[in-house]
Amino acid sequence: MELELADVTKRFGPGVAIDRISLTFPAGRTTALLGPSGCGKSTLLRLLIALVEPDQGQVLVDSKPLSSYPIEPLRRRMGYVIQDGGLFPHLTAAENATLMARHLGWDGARVAARLDELRALTRFPADALRRYPTELSGGQIQRVAMMRALFLDPEALLLDEPLGALDPLVRAELRDDLRGIFRAFGKTVVVVTHDVGEAAHLADLVVLMREGRVVQQGPYATLASAPADPFVTAFLATGTAVPGASRPLETGR
Amino acid sequence: MRSRGAAALALAAAAFGGCADPGPKPAGPPVVIASKSFTESVILGEIAADIVRGTGLAVEHRRQLGGTKVVWRALETGAVDVYADYTGTLYEEILRDETPHRTLDELDAALARRGLARTAPLGFDNGYALAMTDARAEALGVRRISDLAAHPDLRLVFSNEVMDRRDGWPGLRARYALPQVARGMDHDLAYRALDAGAADVMDIYATDAEIRAHHLRVLEDDRGYFPSYAALFVYRAGLAGRTPSPVPALRRLEGRFTAPGMIALNARAKLDHVPESEVAVDFLRQTHMEVSLPSALAPPKESAVATIGRHAVEHTTMVLLSLLAAIAVGVPLGVVAARRPRVGRVVVGAAGLLQTVPSIALLVLLIPLVGIGTPPALVALFLYGLLPIVRNTHTGLVGIPEPLRDSARALGLRPGARLRLVELPLALPAIVAGVKTSAVIAVGTATIGALVGAGGFGQPILTGIRLDDFSLILQGAVPAAVMALALEWIFDTAERRVVPRGLRKQRGT
Repeated sequence: MELELADVTKRFGPGVAIDRISLTFPAGRTTALLGPSGCGKSTLLRLLIALVEPDQGQVLVDSKPLSSYPIEPLRRRMGYVIQDGGLFPHLTAAENATLMARHLGWDGARVAARLDELRALTRFPADALRRYPTELSGGQIQRVAMMRALFLDPEALLLDEPLGALDPLVRAELRDDLRGIFRAFGKTVVVVTHDVGEAAHLADLVVLMREGRVVQQGPYATLASAPADPFVTAFLATGTAVPGASRPLETGR
Repeated sequence: MRSRGAAALALAAAAFGGCADPGPKPAGPPVVIASKSFTESVILGEIAADIVRGTGLAVEHRRQLGGTKVVWRALETGAVDVYADYTGTLYEEILRDETPHRTLDELDAALARRGLARTAPLGFDNGYALAMTDARAEALGVRRISDLAAHPDLRLVFSNEVMDRRDGWPGLRARYALPQVARGMDHDLAYRALDAGAADVMDIYATDAEIRAHHLRVLEDDRGYFPSYAALFVYRAGLAGRTPSPVPALRRLEGRFTAPGMIALNARAKLDHVPESEVAVDFLRQTHMEVSLPSALAPPKESAVATIGRHAVEHTTMVLLSLLAAIAVGVPLGVVAARRPRVGRVVVGAAGLLQTVPSIALLVLLIPLVGIGTPPALVALFLYGLLPIVRNTHTGLVGIPEPLRDSARALGLRPGARLRLVELPLALPAIVAGVKTSAVIAVGTATIGALVGAGGFGQPILTGIRLDDFSLILQGAVPAAVMALALEWIFDTAERRVVPRGLRKQRGT
């Protein structure tokens, strides 16, 4: 699934969250939306799944306007994960993950098989499936959220700061797992992060944003080696050292 | 209107069986006789019921149906056929605009306009009067109100309504040129003050039972200051057309009472605790109007346990039915209110406004719409029950964190499915709390059902207040309190079952 913004503007009150952005998220690639908080990257993600609507311009899904699709079926073709997981507190881990499949009338065996598959992919402990979100660790919550987002085998995966709420140790572990999950998924992924290291580690392409505009986009190495703007250099310098990613950062300096 | 009232009564009678008439079943709809919530009215109602029964007609006596406004509305709308009232009440309170000169002609015209009629006065007057203890009056030689002027040291105590009303103490003092300064005092305390010699003169109703108990002398209103409160029966004019007609039987009571006689009847019921039905039978016997239908006269004896059981059934029925209706309407309203903030403000505001309508006013407004008995009580309880449920549903839904809302939308759930699978379950703790509040309020409020003849635990409370019988009041108040506690416990248990573990933990932290 290819996602595209065509000259999109989104305002909240007097402020402009997205300022005339045109951008393509190529099918089958992982793109990181990177930038300081308040730069509009979360809003951009929410535009892609129609949680907010553009004031101007259009969001395109496979080259057709998003507004031309019936919205619920389209959303079921995407997976969306927010920072603290967004798990429903009245449902267990398994119930959260399988909610949509059960709602759509999948038979029990199919649900169980899919759950098993995803549990293995996300490395979620089987004995925790019957726990409620309040009884899960931060990392486990994110894994359940991933299972839920992936359950219907969507064509695109949208993640808003999936590691943002985790402590550093869990963070590093889940980051590595996410990379594996994205590889296995093999479809369009858009991941929002303010962390340079994460963007470099997880994404094929990085889109660096600032105040509602795209500053530079391309592979991380390109941003690091050929910054389009002093802001690029400055922001990349905030990144945490990541093996493999840290080197281009240093050569850029 | 008539048929709707009758239907309401039939429903109430069928539902509870408590009002069913004993004895042989005469044909035709029963003649519905009502009484107000004080002893004299109940005695007059019993007497009227007995004497009409003597003609072979079926009779239903709605004992202590309510205050003047409730009973009058019930008569106007045809839910009630007959009740006893006083000319003064009709002139001053009910038909004020149409009876400027307080004449019987004006009264007849005003009644006729409503399809109503009246009997001639029954022979006694229960207006305002002044009283002193017999001993003190004798010592001072006071028989008439004008005699008071010669004793400026007398201490006068009046109930507050008499103190304040222009046609109360200020007018009285002017008419009789009385030199005393009066003080306001609670009516019951005033009797004790007179007993103790702490006060000398008080206001009373002319046929109060206490006149006998406290050995009071009613002073003659020799300058005719107080308006007349002659007792008579008012009835639906259509009664005259029935065969047999109950009107001639009622008219046999015209002029058959005296003020001292009525005081004695009141005292027997209120002070000697003789049942009103018995007082009525004795009166008819003594006045040689004895009714030859003994089976109809003896009301079925009911054990105390059976009575409490019946009240419990009536009370529970009112609470549960109104609560179910309030849930069925309140939750959807709360959902609509949460979905549309502008509508929400109106809905929650309106439900709040309903809560501020005094129950007695609400009941009076409902009588023309749904008659008397259980229906108006149910509607009133339903309306009072709405606010907590609507408000809590609204609060519960609006309080769902934005990320959870977004997650549900992003999953591709349609609005209806979001509501069912996510939003309502998340709002459930708040909704259950609202229902619990409504239920507990309903248990307390259902006691007002007795004001319109719906029975319940309000019935013994009302009778207890009327007869100054504290144990009777407890017979209603204690079970009502126990029921409220039990309901609270049931809901707490239900809450643990209904609310998912995940939400309970979260609420606990």
